Amino acid sequence: MKVLVPIKRVIDYNVKVRVKPDNSDVDLANVKMAINPFCEIAVEEAVRLKEAGTATEVVVVSIGDKKCQEQIRTALALGADRAIHIETEETLDSLNIAKLLQKVVEEEAPQLVILGKQSIDSDNNQTGQMLAALTGMPQGTFASEVKVDGGKVNVTREVDGGLQTVSLNLPAIVTTDLRLNEPRYAKLPDIMKAKRKPLDVKAAADFGIDLSPRSTLVKVAPPAERSAGITVETIDELVEKLKTEAKVIS
Amino acid sequence: MAILVYAEHDNSSLKAETLKTVAAAQAIGGDIHLLVAGHNCGGVAEEAAKVNGVSKVLVADNAAYEHQLAENVSLLVKDLAGDYDAIIATALTTGKNFMPRVAALLDVAQISDIIGVESADTFVRPIYAGNAIATVQSLDAKKVITVRATAFDAVATDGSAEVVALDSATDAGISSHVSDELTESERPDLGAAPVVISGGRGMQNGDNFKLLEGIADKLGAAIGASRAAVDAGFVPNDMQVGQTGKIVAPDLYIAVGISGAIQHLAGMKDSKVIVAINKDPEAPIFQVADYGLVADLFEALPELEGKL
Repeated sequence: MKVLVPIKRVIDYNVKVRVKPDNSDVDLANVKMAINPFCEIAVEEAVRLKEAGTATEVVVVSIGDKKCQEQIRTALALGADRAIHIETEETLDSLNIAKLLQKVVEEEAPQLVILGKQSIDSDNNQTGQMLAALTGMPQGTFASEVKVDGGKVNVTREVDGGLQTVSLNLPAIVTTDLRLNEPRYAKLPDIMKAKRKPLDVKAAADFGIDLSPRSTLVKVAPPAERSAGITVETIDELVEKLKTEAKVIS
Repeated sequence: MAILVYAEHDNSSLKAETLKTVAAAQAIGGDIHLLVAGHNCGGVAEEAAKVNGVSKVLVADNAAYEHQLAENVSLLVKDLAGDYDAIIATALTTGKNFMPRVAALLDVAQISDIIGVESADTFVRPIYAGNAIATVQSLDAKKVITVRATAFDAVATDGSAEVVALDSATDAGISSHVSDELTESERPDLGAAPVVISGGRGMQNGDNFKLLEGIADKLGAAIGASRAAVDAGFVPNDMQVGQTGKIVAPDLYIAVGISGAIQHLAGMKDSKVIVAINKDPEAPIFQVADYGLVADLFEALPELEGKL
């Protein structure tokens, strides 16, 4: 069984993003970048499926400029077998990303596609579901457990009230939630080995898809700051303030 | 302009968040229809008919929609989409799951998790875990939108819309429901509670969350947790408040033993009044708290419970 894992290069999750002074976008110049945390979980899950003998090959794909090859190498160091880089200088929205991935799915014919549930930059939470729609595959989003069983995969999903398990016909799309697994750290020999793993580079423009943007970013502003309030010394004072000043309890 | 709003429900009752999503639809402006897709969901349809600002309730009551599987619901909504200029769902588990599927089937980009409406095609949404706020103009003729309910005020429920039964049963036949493990609780739903009290890593273990229960009972509060507390295994994931968990905006939010990581703040900083109880005076949570108490929670909590 082949597993395809699309990954995205994003700002490192430890970095606090800043908005550009002209409010045109966030400032990513000289900011530390990394593989999107949910995508890293997706890579880890695919590699675990291979280690368990369920998957035979793990292919990662990333769409972006040349620099996203850094994150592709990270995924290869974590255990993916080979990679595809779809090169573009444009920032594509989720629908266009999903359309490019659809072409990759048609060519690679994976039984399982595992993606992060959302990227921590645009926070859209769309690509996996869109890819599922375009390929006609079922989807198990926000997965906290994935069990492949014959021609089906059982996915336990994190839903508002707890957990829900669905059974999906393969091929299927899975998107990862935080508690699916804890990604390993790549060891130095694996990082060295990753440099020699196959990486196929294609141009996004060669896929014959209309990739024109579907929305315009009008402006980006910093969030309204919440200012610190007061320090109370005792529980009595706290209860008093909540009753008479904030009036949120009676 | 005609707008279809997807009603979030569990076949027995309409989720309160839907009332806020209808408010977002009103901000866009137009003739608003509510879609109730489920099975044996007549009660939900009755509730939906009372939602103000809604002119018609469409009810697709069929076994294919019982668990609102994305594969089936997306086909239903796609089939209805021709009559509407905008399709709107709440950014809760169901809406987040099936709406991008609808968008792709319609060849439309989705605008996710909006917190404001500037005009019929321009919306405001948080990006980078709420550390930046983007204003986005959609270029698609048809809009597919999910709404962060906490950003809108609920509409009233004294209306009387026409209820129309749909004769639809689109079963994609590629997925099935296996089981639900839902957390049973007497307390209000975390996403809709007027008061939320949350514990963090400072609670030290799951048993100590009992210290929050007495206070929650007295305040009619829901109990939440930080990601640190969930990851440490103290409490189940559905209690998590934060960017990757639930986004809450109650009248009163009490953070206990929570340091205030960006991740957590993103999920609660729109609360009206924030109280922080933490023994570390340097904890970042105090920078967003209206009332901060530097204290050992194991002494503070029993005292607070006693004085409420």
